[in-house]
Amino acid sequence: MKRLNVLQPKVLLKVIAILVPLIVNVGQLSSLSYAETQAVPVEVVGEHAAPAAHGADAHGEEKAGDVIMHHIFDSHVFAFEPFGEIDLPQLPPVAGIDISITKHVVMMWLVAAILLVVFSIVGSKYKNMGARQAPKGLANAMEALVEFIRLDVAKSNIGHGYERHLPYLLTVFFFILLCNLLGLIPYGATATGNINVTLALAIFTFFITQIAALKAHGVKGFLAHLTAGTHWSLWIIMIPIEVIGLFTKPFALAIRLFANMTAGHIVILSLIFISFILKSYVVAVAVSVPFSIFIYLLELFVAFLQAFIFTMLSALFIGLATAHEGHDEHEAEAAHH
Amino acid sequence: MLTSGIILLEANLLSPNPGLIFWTAVTFVIVLLILKKIAWGPIITALEEREKGIQTSIDRAHQAKDEAESILRKNKEMLAKADAEADKIIREGKEYAEKLRADITGKAQEESKKMIASAVNAIEQEKQRALDVLRNEVADLAVMGAEKIIKTALNADLQKKIVNSMLEDLSTKRN
Repeated sequence: MKRLNVLQPKVLLKVIAILVPLIVNVGQLSSLSYAETQAVPVEVVGEHAAPAAHGADAHGEEKAGDVIMHHIFDSHVFAFEPFGEIDLPQLPPVAGIDISITKHVVMMWLVAAILLVVFSIVGSKYKNMGARQAPKGLANAMEALVEFIRLDVAKSNIGHGYERHLPYLLTVFFFILLCNLLGLIPYGATATGNINVTLALAIFTFFITQIAALKAHGVKGFLAHLTAGTHWSLWIIMIPIEVIGLFTKPFALAIRLFANMTAGHIVILSLIFISFILKSYVVAVAVSVPFSIFIYLLELFVAFLQAFIFTMLSALFIGLATAHEGHDEHEAEAAHH
Repeated sequence: MLTSGIILLEANLLSPNPGLIFWTAVTFVIVLLILKKIAWGPIITALEEREKGIQTSIDRAHQAKDEAESILRKNKEMLAKADAEADKIIREGKEYAEKLRADITGKAQEESKKMIASAVNAIEQEKQRALDVLRNEVADLAVMGAEKIIKTALNADLQKKIVNSMLEDLSTKRN
């Protein structure tokens, strides 16, 4: 019995090893025959394509790349592929800045509209509701998220005085979450997959963090914090490091969100385009569709995760900037002695 | 793969676009301000109120429990006290009753003793008197018998008869 158990996976592996090339070859053969019947005078694509076919191959790949990039990039056109497209208005530049409405701006406005509608409903429910009533339906669902951000993100990271930063954290969480999710529906675009959007949000976090730090420590404390409480002879090293540190945190926030959202979309589209590049239905059914569904589900999770991480880290930075008053003073004192 | 990498670089994925930054900032600030007014304010105040409400309810429940416990304790104490009181009363009553009974029986015994003593006394006196009377009677009878004997002949038999008859008389008389 034991021997059999050991053998079984090996047998299975052998079967797979025999079957997989067969399937792939059949797929290639079918596409080959298809190509031949169409009388296309080009060698068929694939890994074994001859250098002579490189032009066509490169052309196909470039096309795929173009399509992928087209999906990810911002543009002045909102495309609804088989039905046509909407040209978005191009505004004249103001003070040298092109402020025309792009696809991502429209997506953000959509997000804003959804947020305003949903939360005006929820907010009015709460206004009409007594403290003794329990929330129902939509209000209850939103309350779970709001309560999560309030307690597990804001309160646990910022601590005392977290109420002041709560509106920002809640807004940023729901804004990013909805941007991420709207990027996953067909014809949608991920505004948070654009570095400019994430950078703008990170800049908000940066300013809020610095203002909170200034309010908590005062100008003197803020400047003292830049020295990290070290001896004055180290200031020439410490001050630039601390100043760079101020900027790296929000920069990392911006890059993290942008990269995560972009990468997921590129992976999904690349998986789909594998079947187009190989021109095989078998690859489409066996690889592209299941894997892209898997990545899509992963993306749903990542949408929540990245919204949470952005909010969490914003709260953490604010908490770091405002807390440790006594600790820093103590350190500064110790440095003087 | 290489071409897509080149596309990535060429298509300036990381290129700044101030217009988009501007629109993001504007959109976000407007959303933030409106949501702060219409949603976060009411929701958070409601949540805080509920939190406080729950806390006060819990506090009140604890207080009520403490109060109930103290009342229960007091009740138990009172009950115990009442029990003790009742016990004491019963004991006292019993003691009193016992004492009273003892007193009464003692008195009664004394009384009865006294009565018996007086009865014995009376009996003794009566007996004495009866004996006195009997003695007198016997003396009279003896005198009367002697008289009769003397009156009749001094016959021994006769005398004996007389004495006997006299004694019989005496006995019948006595009876």
